[in-house]
Amino acid sequence: MARVFGSTIFAQPIARVWALIRDFNGHESWHPAVERSRIEFDEPADKVGAVRRFRLRGGGEIREQLLALSDREHSFRYFIVEAPVALRDYVAEMRLKPVTGEDATYCEWRAEFDPPPSERESLTRFVREEIVAAGFAAIRQALTHERAPTVARVAPEPAQTDARAVVLTRYGGPEALEMRGLAVPPPGSDEARLRQTAIGVNFIDVYCRRGGFTLVPPGGVLGMEAAGVVERLGPGVNGLSVGDRVAYACAPPGAYTTARNMRADMLVKLPPGLTDRQAAALMLKGITASFLLHDVYAVKPGDFVLIHAAAGGVGQLLCRWAKALGARVVGVVSSPAKAQIARALGCDLVLLSGQPDLIEATRRFAEGEGAHVAYDAVGADTFDRSVAALRPRGHLVSFGQASGDVGARSIDALASGSVTLSRPNYSHYTDTPAKLAAQTSRLFAALAAGHIEAAEPRVYPLADASRAHADLEGRRTTGAIVLTP
Amino acid sequence: MAKVYASATIAAAPSAVWAVVRDFNALPKWTPFVAESRIEQNRLADQVGCIRNFRLKDGGRIREQLLALSDYEMSFGYAILESPMGVENYYATFKLSPITDLDHTFAEWQAEFDAPPERQDGLVAQIGRNVFAAGLAALRQRFSR
Repeated sequence: MARVFGSTIFAQPIARVWALIRDFNGHESWHPAVERSRIEFDEPADKVGAVRRFRLRGGGEIREQLLALSDREHSFRYFIVEAPVALRDYVAEMRLKPVTGEDATYCEWRAEFDPPPSERESLTRFVREEIVAAGFAAIRQALTHERAPTVARVAPEPAQTDARAVVLTRYGGPEALEMRGLAVPPPGSDEARLRQTAIGVNFIDVYCRRGGFTLVPPGGVLGMEAAGVVERLGPGVNGLSVGDRVAYACAPPGAYTTARNMRADMLVKLPPGLTDRQAAALMLKGITASFLLHDVYAVKPGDFVLIHAAAGGVGQLLCRWAKALGARVVGVVSSPAKAQIARALGCDLVLLSGQPDLIEATRRFAEGEGAHVAYDAVGADTFDRSVAALRPRGHLVSFGQASGDVGARSIDALASGSVTLSRPNYSHYTDTPAKLAAQTSRLFAALAAGHIEAAEPRVYPLADASRAHADLEGRRTTGAIVLTP
Repeated sequence: MAKVYASATIAAAPSAVWAVVRDFNALPKWTPFVAESRIEQNRLADQVGCIRNFRLKDGGRIREQLLALSDYEMSFGYAILESPMGVENYYATFKLSPITDLDHTFAEWQAEFDAPPERQDGLVAQIGRNVFAAGLAALRQRFSR
């Protein structure tokens, strides 16, 4: 347990000093370390139990709860609920006493907390100097300068933030993307504003850009995933602090920007070993691989699994993760260079998408019967061959259409093998915080266990989003792509 | 129940002030109103339970018993056993606190007692001014630089 005690004399009578410091939310007007403070849930500042949430000038946010307030003792006591530094079990008390002979005021400020041993000295010094001594000096100055009472002051909402975003000017090719200025309003209820550091590029962004998906109307901003830092919290947000490193991979689109607001409960805190770029590259693809391999079809040891675009972003994750689940994996790729990657991922058999005996080769490898499951995000070019490469009662998971829409088809072809067809939609596996948490915890566990790797993505500047799209569509990339602001 | 409270700042480190006031038998040394004092029954002046028996300069005799002494908090508490003031259940505390930013001392002297209602205000004023404030002023004077 560390203790800090500071005390001083103010030249003003106790009533004046008390009037200044009694306001639990008033410290923003006098404490130099406090940038902006408000009482949560709009409770009165003298309600015992009220929580003040304030931003430190150096960044970071602290939440403190009023534990006791006594107008008789001229004292109040508070507790740190949340802080960016390790001020654990921090309880502090400020207390005033009159100096009767001098019409002055004696002020005590004491704090007790339980620091990690390695930070004991630095935190004790921080509290003594930056909080207590600096606070005393500030109170003295506030009293001397007779500032206006601040009790009723409402902290002004900061002006909107200016961002730079890649806007979809019309449905079309990569040239339809254009960098523009964008105003981001203050975060609303249950929202957090992120300063984004890495933005994931996914094929769904291409579908949106072409107009095949109408998630983003012209004039809107593409992008489903990014990583960044929480910069500001809207009202009612719990469990997040300013400065937290987070990522998201969900609707609504709008990730191709330097800053944005997101629903706070859809943000995932990042584990320390994962960089922002890796996270932006991994989240959507990793979550997709997670539900494809576990929920849409549950891969079992010994299963034969056919994976198209095995060297692509999701493909690489599917190959490694399926191997870790004990499957025998057939990877299909478009070039010899990508074949090398697929082999390095552990694929038991690697086939080129152009080779005429693709179906036969798969069947031969899979006990002469075919694959238990085929994961196909290529679409039009591969759909029929995927069906044909399955064993009876096999399962085709069609989760993308890189080569174009699968189009209208008769289901009779499925009957010849009693094939089950799934067309999963990402949002149905991730659209609530609970569903999302199940996927992300499985993803992070697989990462920690080494079943999958967070690959280093290929990085393009945000302003070059068009080029990133062109390269992705031209099949000139392997692995994941991120944009950096 | 009447209450008296007085406090003062003293321009010296708490340890220096405590060295003077801790001695329960030292009233003649630092207050202007005590002529002589002794500890009864050969007890030590820092023995909790000891009784100081002192004579005021105006002639009155007072017996007070030490009920609490804390070097940790730099405080002591005592009760009046006998006095010419006509107070009941009189308990007083004296406490020093550090003024950390100046390395000075904040001294508090307070008491609670019962007295007939018509005499209470007079007693509060008398004790507050002539005893506590006068004693603290003498301490301030002693350590003024």
